[in-house]
Amino acid sequence: MPRKERRNWLNFNNMSQTLNIQNLHASVDGNEILKGLTLEVPKGEVHAIMGPNGSGKSTLSKVLAGHEDYEVSEGLVTMDGVDLLELEIDERSRAGLFLAFQYPHEIPGVTNANFLRAALQARLPKGEEIDAVGFYKDMYAKMDSLNMDRKFTGRAVNDGFSGGEKKRNEILQMMMLDPNYAILDETDSGLDIDALKIVAEGVNRMRSPERGFLVITHYQRLLDYIVPDVVHVLFDGRIIKTGGKELALELEEKGYDWVTQELAPA
Amino acid sequence: MAQENLVSWFAAPPVLELGLELPDWYHQLQESSWQRFLTIPEPARTDENWRFADLKKVQFSELQAARPAQNIEVLIKRAMTERVNEFAAHFVFANNRLVYSEINGLPEGAVCLPINEALAEHGDLVREYFMQEKGSLGGDKFSALHAAATLSGLFIQFPKGTTCELPILTHHFASGDFNCVFPHTLVIAEDNAEVSVVDTFETANNDEQNIFFANVDLVATNGASLQYVALQDESDRGPKHVQINSSRVGRDAKITSAFVNLGAEWIRQESTARMMEQGSDCQIFSANLANGVQEYDQRTLQSHEAQHTTSDLLFKNALYDQSRTVFAGLIEVKPGSHHTDSYQTCRNLLGSNEAEANAMPGLEIDADQVKCSHGSTSGQISDEEIFYLQARGIDAEAARQMISLGFLNESISRLKGEAVQTYLFERFERKFRSLRDA
Ligand SMILES: Nc1ncnc2c1ncn2[C@@H]1O[C@H](COP(=O)(O)OP(=O)(O)O)[C@@H](O)[C@H]1O
Ligand SMILES: [Mg+2]
Repeated sequence: MPRKERRNWLNFNNMSQTLNIQNLHASVDGNEILKGLTLEVPKGEVHAIMGPNGSGKSTLSKVLAGHEDYEVSEGLVTMDGVDLLELEIDERSRAGLFLAFQYPHEIPGVTNANFLRAALQARLPKGEEIDAVGFYKDMYAKMDSLNMDRKFTGRAVNDGFSGGEKKRNEILQMMMLDPNYAILDETDSGLDIDALKIVAEGVNRMRSPERGFLVITHYQRLLDYIVPDVVHVLFDGRIIKTGGKELALELEEKGYDWVTQELAPA
Repeated sequence: MAQENLVSWFAAPPVLELGLELPDWYHQLQESSWQRFLTIPEPARTDENWRFADLKKVQFSELQAARPAQNIEVLIKRAMTERVNEFAAHFVFANNRLVYSEINGLPEGAVCLPINEALAEHGDLVREYFMQEKGSLGGDKFSALHAAATLSGLFIQFPKGTTCELPILTHHFASGDFNCVFPHTLVIAEDNAEVSVVDTFETANNDEQNIFFANVDLVATNGASLQYVALQDESDRGPKHVQINSSRVGRDAKITSAFVNLGAEWIRQESTARMMEQGSDCQIFSANLANGVQEYDQRTLQSHEAQHTTSDLLFKNALYDQSRTVFAGLIEVKPGSHHTDSYQTCRNLLGSNEAEANAMPGLEIDADQVKCSHGSTSGQISDEEIFYLQARGIDAEAARQMISLGFLNESISRLKGEAVQTYLFERFERKFRSLRDA
């Protein structure tokens, strides 16, 4: 696998508490989508990525999660000093990375409760069993906070869920798995304003010095509710501008053309 | 060839000598069945009912009527570790003999007896329904042998209006090389009665060449509701399992049956459901996990014989290694059975390139205003599903198993009753675990 062949020549930042992406190049079916992306999300911060459709936002999130369709040809990603790209998909998750999918997959016949339980069980040492009573108590409390009907525990994962229900389910999973770094890929799409507020509150409650967030969105609206520390603009596979939270408003007002024109050679 | 093989199945009727007084009609039935067994030819590929079947698996030799099982205490203990307190009654048979029974709570008036006792006490009722269905999906030789030999299993009769939420559980064990067992289950749900029955088929040891010849008769009259589940959880290597079910569904009555197969080297299951009066409804499910060189051969008939009858069938196979499955299902709408709704679906999940799933759905319609559909699909687990589970920390192998389990669970989740669903689900989990640890 190409992933294994890459030389591990960069090994700085070993002990740092940060998700560090350096010069990341990734392609799918021979087309380069990420073209040297550099970005750092320290623990305790919320970073937003905005960018037009097709700029590579979901590609970035899937490459970080380890999807095998995407080939990384260059670059380095470390999570708290660990070379993320060397890990299997499930190892990355257990190491503390979480991706809330833009389009969560349906798993027919596997109930939400069994799925979450298996995910938590996978984090325990061999021979140790998850405490079922505590698990349900915890899950119900978190579902209540997201205004989710308890019937969801017995329904198959995302099967027949509305767009909004799927997104809420992603946030529930994030809450249960308690990651160190969470990437939210367009969690706002498909949510009405009330649901958006509930989900944003859930995310805000999870903000902590121990956790970093990378919030991917197409619209500025979400960032009214999850106020970011840093905003990046992704365009054509690269971060082309970075600023404070006011950058999101500026983008909303002037459109993406404004940034790309700024960049254009005189 | 086939003819030479014939006698080596059995030289004499493998009847069980329990020293019981049995009614004359029963002795006569045994004798005539034995004669039928001798004259019915062995299955041949030219018979449509045996298309795709591996007939090498049907050539039996060195069979013997089972002598009493060894280590009965161990078997009872194994059966007891299940959630037996979630069942209304629990019976354990080993090598055709009743070795344990416990009644937790049967409704007033309900009869639940070993078949040999029922012959003495309820002979007429047994006679009316015992092995009366003559239609065959290819296995009449097996049925004849069964009728010549059986004296184990349960007779269950729920009289008018009798209901019980908890299921009745039976274990049938086979133990010892070349031993044959002949489990029978006869369930009669009379008007508006409700009954649920689970048969569990297990082998005492691995790698033994035992054979199950099981027959099940299910009857539901006016407005009754009957659920029957067969859980075949025998050893993967050695055992063969033949099961022939027939259901007679009366006016506004409903029979749900399910076949769950986890073990056995070869199985042949035939299920005939007759919707005989207006409002008859039948649901047939199957969830099968095939691995190694297992072969599961299932044939079904949904026979609509009256107006306004309905039926639905969903069979699911998850196949691994070099396993094979055959599903042949026919929906038959008899002349004049207008306003029939009948559906049939077989879905296969292929977990290996060498596994082979055969599906032969069929329709014969001779009535008007009929809604029928049938279909079969085969596919693999999608990479995106595995990715989703892996992205939550579940390793790829466990993810594949979860998805397969979910796939199978979809068909058993339509059964009634927590106890039954949990019972089956745990067996699936256990089976998957054993495959993972192997
Ligand atoms: N699996 C894939 N196969 C082919 N093309 C892909 C695949 N994933 C993404 N792309 C392409 O990569 C580009 C970026 O897509 P994506 O990362 O989904 O953008 P965004 O999330 O920013 O809208 C698009 O041109 C898209 O068509
Ligand atoms: Mg996207």
